[in-house]
Amino acid sequence: MQGNENINFNKNYIDYISSIAPKTKETRSLLRAFWVGGTICCIGQFIRFAFETWLGLSGDELAAYVSVVLIFLGGLLTGLGVYDRIGKYAGGGSIVPITGFANSVVSPAMEFKSEGFIYGTASKMFIIAGPIIVFGVASSVLIGLSYYIYFLVV
Amino acid sequence: MRNRTFIFKNQPRIHATATLGGPKEGSGPVGKYIDTIVHDDYFGEKTFEKSERKMLEYAIRQAIQKTNFSDKEIGAIVAGDLLNQIISSSYACRAFDIPFLGIYNACSTMSEAFIIGGMMVDGGYVENVICATGSHFSSAERQYRYPLELGNTRPPQAQWTVTGAGAAVLSVRGKGPKLVAATLGKVVDFGITDTNNMGAAMAPAAADTLLEHFKNSHFKPEDYDLIITGDLGAFGSRIFKDLMWEKGFDISERHVDCGEMIYNIAEDEFQGGSGAGCSAIVFNGYFYKKLCNKEYKRIVLIATGALLSSVSSQQGESIPSIAHAAVFES
Repeated sequence: MQGNENINFNKNYIDYISSIAPKTKETRSLLRAFWVGGTICCIGQFIRFAFETWLGLSGDELAAYVSVVLIFLGGLLTGLGVYDRIGKYAGGGSIVPITGFANSVVSPAMEFKSEGFIYGTASKMFIIAGPIIVFGVASSVLIGLSYYIYFLVV
Repeated sequence: MRNRTFIFKNQPRIHATATLGGPKEGSGPVGKYIDTIVHDDYFGEKTFEKSERKMLEYAIRQAIQKTNFSDKEIGAIVAGDLLNQIISSSYACRAFDIPFLGIYNACSTMSEAFIIGGMMVDGGYVENVICATGSHFSSAERQYRYPLELGNTRPPQAQWTVTGAGAAVLSVRGKGPKLVAATLGKVVDFGITDTNNMGAAMAPAAADTLLEHFKNSHFKPEDYDLIITGDLGAFGSRIFKDLMWEKGFDISERHVDCGEMIYNIAEDEFQGGSGAGCSAIVFNGYFYKKLCNKEYKRIVLIATGALLSSVSSQQGESIPSIAHAAVFES
């Protein structure tokens, strides 16, 4: 017996829709992402210089302090309901920096508080950020291994 | 031979309606026709789900109060909503001493409720029946999309789920608009998989139902003051008119879409409103009052629904859609 999957599918219709569907304004999106993302990075760089000059930090310690501050700011702005407005405007410009990562962890944590702290906040906290962590860890292991093997051979 | 269109012989009447909308709906073009505007998305509750069910309960209660009936005189509540297992309707109906029929046809639930309720009243099984539905932007976002505070952009073909609820009392008595005919929709799927493009998914279902309606009844497009679709949005409406044009029906002068008219497009509503509450508010608020004033003689409400779930869309399935038509006369 033939399954009824795809029985009514109409390729002409799908083509027609994709030809007239409203398109994202790419140039505008790119420009917005560029200037907002650039500004966030500049703020990060400023914090880096400030910590270097006034606190005398350097190396890994300095990088960690800067990340912590930016993550805190991302989380704070998410909690205040500002970051989603920035994101709506900037798109990728505010998703890619580390503040966007903080936003993707804090926003589901807030959202699912109504289902309780264990099954809500704690278990749903990584529904957006989870894949980033998985692929981040997996790719870093792969790169690390190839780096190790390369120096073993050479 | 099966006929998807049927004529109500006893012509049930809409005895009263009640509508409730959120702040965005209240400030839109149809805002002044909405009975109650709530300025707090939470409606005094702790969660959006509780808020949604309270809105639905409030609308049903208001509709009953307007008729001066007691709970005992209402034969049944026919209601549905968008949340999983239609919890809003079920929980809202805890408050009433009235039998409850839960229905689900996504955003076409309002016209489905009218048709089922109309059949019950027309058949003489009950004297009064309540048709109600509602939706909430925030609970729908939670269920179908991303957390509210996540900073992402909405694509330009997206629509905005309506916050609000509407209820109508169909009755054998009264002076209100009459429900005269209906055409049942069937599930239509042309293979659209973009969950942000509901209008394109639902337009073929609306066209199928309307074509069937014209074929089976003696009505022509000219017989209607308005042909109202539920929540196709601006883009979906354009496709709908194109599809009807292709089959030889020019409805461009008579067609309006509830989703297209509910909002001032100011933020990220893009193509307009959607959700079960959309046709519920606009029909029971705006069009009901226009029918009562005899400004329109005959209109047809074709509420459209996209029958997907978050599971089906994550598994890459296409979006099956449905549309039911209900004809009202003043």
